[in-house]
Amino acid sequence: MTENLESYPLSLEGDGIPMVRFQNVTKRYGALVVLNQLDLDVSAGEMVTIIGPSGSGKTTVLRMLMTLETIDDGVIYVEGEPLTHMERNGGLVPANSSHLRRIRSKIGMCFQHFNLFPHMTALGNCMEGPVQVLGLPRKEAEERSLELLDMVGMIDKRDQHPSRLSGGQQQRVAIARALAMRPKVMLFDEVTSALDPEVISEVTGVIKHLVDTHNLTMLMVTHQMGFAKEISDRVCFFFDGAIEEQGTPTKLFENPERERTQQFLNAVLHAN
Amino acid sequence: MEWRWDWVWDLAPRFVDATGKTLIAAGGGYTIAIILGLVFVLAQRTPLLPVTLVVREFVELIRSTPLLLQIFFVYYVGPQFGLTLSPWTAGLIAIGVHYGAYLSEVYRGGIESVPKGQWEAAKAINLPIVTTYRRIVIPQALPPAVAGMGNYLVGIFKDTPMLSVIGVAELMHTATAVGAESYRYLEPYTMVGAIFLAVSLPSAFAINVFERWVRRTLGMTK
Repeated sequence: MTENLESYPLSLEGDGIPMVRFQNVTKRYGALVVLNQLDLDVSAGEMVTIIGPSGSGKTTVLRMLMTLETIDDGVIYVEGEPLTHMERNGGLVPANSSHLRRIRSKIGMCFQHFNLFPHMTALGNCMEGPVQVLGLPRKEAEERSLELLDMVGMIDKRDQHPSRLSGGQQQRVAIARALAMRPKVMLFDEVTSALDPEVISEVTGVIKHLVDTHNLTMLMVTHQMGFAKEISDRVCFFFDGAIEEQGTPTKLFENPERERTQQFLNAVLHAN
Repeated sequence: MEWRWDWVWDLAPRFVDATGKTLIAAGGGYTIAIILGLVFVLAQRTPLLPVTLVVREFVELIRSTPLLLQIFFVYYVGPQFGLTLSPWTAGLIAIGVHYGAYLSEVYRGGIESVPKGQWEAAKAINLPIVTTYRRIVIPQALPPAVAGMGNYLVGIFKDTPMLSVIGVAELMHTATAVGAESYRYLEPYTMVGAIFLAVSLPSAFAINVFERWVRRTLGMTK
């Protein structure tokens, strides 16, 4: 865990604090450094897309923010409060589980393989968090879930179990499930990678709708360059566990400055 | 030596009574085993390393020694440490702990068959760990575990004769007593075999039906 925690602020103050801040975050698996002293700020309402070759640490960024991975160095802040750490006697110490649960409630995530609960219907999947975690009455949780299932176009499948749904349909339910917890930050981890090409637009359509109608902060890892270009406020190109280059989609896709970015984009665009 | 039906009918009431006791022993032992198995498996999954190690070794110890020895230990060695138990209590404890160790391995297999993504999805909607087990993991661990649990239900039933050695008046004990009284062993032991068969075979079938029902109820069939 992080040494020299004194150099990190207990909380971020002032106007315009970022919704998410990675400060000097390092992640290692044994000798392998997956992320190397990452600094990344994401503003409230911003849509940031992460692209890069496999093994560049893209997914790890999202997984650390969802607390599915621990970090080896640095601090992650959400809405100015440390996520990975908490204040104790005027200093930062590694967060305990109740602190993690409190801050984690601001974050929602959708996975590459959907990870719907197979023994629950589409509606049951969406109601689980609101009922069990937020303690909403079943009726209220059901109304909230139905509204979201309607938004993702899955209202008529509400009583189906995941095994009866296509990949695109499952992913749309998974988005509704995450939104039912009213997160402030949504993470999309290669949500179209496991889908057949003809259903990808079902899911990207929903995400686009979210960007247009909600003021959510979003981080997305994707291989869909066209989609990234269309909806992102900012694109970060990751290489070897660090941000090699970042900027607006127009700048990054049309005028990449770094050689590695150019090589990556050339390879990907050719493959497409 | 010829088979005597009239005597079989005479013995029937005693065997009905013994069958009841056998079923109570198996049912009671199984109930203890189901709960203890869950305790054993969860204890091995806590972040407390000493607890994990002690429980894991204990489960190994139980699985590596004969049930008969364990029954003797609880019944005969217990009193030397001030723990005097009736044959029934000692028998149920021994058989419950023994099968609890085996069931914990069945549960472990079931829990490990739940994909990692399910745990992550539960964490992503912020479910507490206990709720994650109760609502997400155990319901999915159950269908693959039901077959193994069923096998051990039949297994525990077939092992109840071992309780006769400490004087629990179950079927085997009754048959041996009848044989000793009359010097005829053909009918009593045949009856024991027939009764075991009559209970075990339908049980195996019922378990199969139950397993499919569990999968259907949990919506886990295509």
